[in-house]
Amino acid sequence: MIISIASGKGGTGKTLVATSLAISVSAKEKVQLLDCDVEEPNDHLFLRPVITTSETVSIPIPKVDYAKCNFCGECARVCAYKAIAVVPGSVLVFDQLCHGCGACSYLCPENAIYEEGREMGVVESGNAGDIEFVQGRLTVGEAMAVPVIRRVKTKINRDKLAILDISPGTSCPVVEAIENSDYCLLVTEPTPFGLHDLELAVETVRQLGIPCGVIVNRAVSGETLVHEYCIREGIPVLLDIPLDRGIAHLYSEGVTLAEGIPQWQDAFTNVYTEIKEALHERSRCA
Amino acid sequence: MKEVVVLSGKGGTGKTSIAGCFAALAHDKVMADCDVDAADLHLLLQPVDKQREEFWSGQIAHIDKSTCTKCGLCEELCRFDAIHNFQVSRASCEGCGFCARICPVNAVTMQDNMAGHWYISDTKYGPLVRARLGIAQENSGKLVALVRQQARKITEDKGYSTIITDGPPGIGCPVISSLSGADLALLVTEPTVSGVHDLERVIEVCRHFNVPATVCINKYDINEEKASKIEEHCADVGIKVAGKIPFDTAVNRAVAHGVPLVEYDEGPAAGEIKQLWKNIEDLISPD
Repeated sequence: MIISIASGKGGTGKTLVATSLAISVSAKEKVQLLDCDVEEPNDHLFLRPVITTSETVSIPIPKVDYAKCNFCGECARVCAYKAIAVVPGSVLVFDQLCHGCGACSYLCPENAIYEEGREMGVVESGNAGDIEFVQGRLTVGEAMAVPVIRRVKTKINRDKLAILDISPGTSCPVVEAIENSDYCLLVTEPTPFGLHDLELAVETVRQLGIPCGVIVNRAVSGETLVHEYCIREGIPVLLDIPLDRGIAHLYSEGVTLAEGIPQWQDAFTNVYTEIKEALHERSRCA
Repeated sequence: MKEVVVLSGKGGTGKTSIAGCFAALAHDKVMADCDVDAADLHLLLQPVDKQREEFWSGQIAHIDKSTCTKCGLCEELCRFDAIHNFQVSRASCEGCGFCARICPVNAVTMQDNMAGHWYISDTKYGPLVRARLGIAQENSGKLVALVRQQARKITEDKGYSTIITDGPPGIGCPVISSLSGADLALLVTEPTVSGVHDLERVIEVCRHFNVPATVCINKYDINEEKASKIEEHCADVGIKVAGKIPFDTAVNRAVAHGVPLVEYDEGPAAGEIKQLWKNIEDLISPD
């Protein structure tokens, strides 16, 4: 089963939920935690995994074999990203603009283009106790997170519970990461910012046809904005984590809630049970 | 004209709350919300929209079922794994057009893609430019560039001196687009293991693009030991810490009321943010 931990707004507690859920469930089941927030991966700070393998993620970019090239300009014409310019006697390739689609090399009439990998980041795998750990890391200065996310997702093992920690937002890297999940846990906070961005996140998962539930982090009694919204929309609120200086301090030190205050393990295990029941119910109705 | 961009690497460290205060504190400025995925600044500035425009960007492949012979070549050649069962996944298609070029029966066409909207509005603090990228869209960097371009145009037309940009989290495409060519990046962090880790990465991005940076530690008293570590790290890499804001529940209350903190309260966090803006003004002033 694949559960994604997402939120429209950043800093609502995705990492807290992903790591604590992984630890709590791993007492009974085989769990994988895959950090898909490749721009700012943080799960490793809390789980301190032993990394055993590291592989480079690269995209294929064009190189010109000048022995064959006759400067016809077809490669520049077929490039949708304007990553190639042909001038007399030279073909300029702008590596940062290239998405690695392969059109230029395939369509070159002289077969004069070959491809070389350009490094975008790394995917690291290892173990944190019983948890199988995978994370992607985008190279600083690179703009495209999607190729790194795709590679992380190739490590998903459907025989285990795969927990995916997603980056904030609703654009292409987020959708790429969430797609094909069985369930999406949306973490939010009970402020107008939290609610506004939760609405965007709900719209996103609904478009993808993925069932979702909400965890309200930094919950304050009386702040019912998010709860009222969830009732209106028929979205279950699976857990409230209170606004609490002790919890904030644990987080600041890199200690998971499930380990810092072990009583929370039951709460996270219950969240997992509720998700399984919801999915079971859904498949029965389908 | 000086452009200050508020960034953080890690989300939820307080970028928008701080940028909202700057809107109230700065004179003769235009506000730009470059978090085009999840723009929130308007929730504090209560804008009245004057102009709403569509953002068209890139293309998406479309397969005409009646022409398609199901030969499978497009699916085989697509590097983005965007074609399954002779259908295009809008989320995965990167608009390269390779499939349209190689389809033996011309069943694939490339269609222009409406990727979002952008808005120019008035607020009691001055003009605001913001945008909303459509769900699952790419090219957030281009939309960010458009927001900044509009903000610059308004600033010039009005003869204003400053642009304050509320940036997106992360270090990827929209962040690079928000940052490049700005005069100063204010990096808002928090004293947590994640805050420290993400700050180091966003500092590297500023370096990479040659934008001077300064740091603000928000909620520094949640973990003073981590806060000192951040200060040490900043000193090591030659970056000034321009502000330290204490944990203050008034920040949440101001957000709940939909006003910038400095307009709502005169407590410790508001005081520190006022001083922070003074320090930023010193950093961007010509002498």
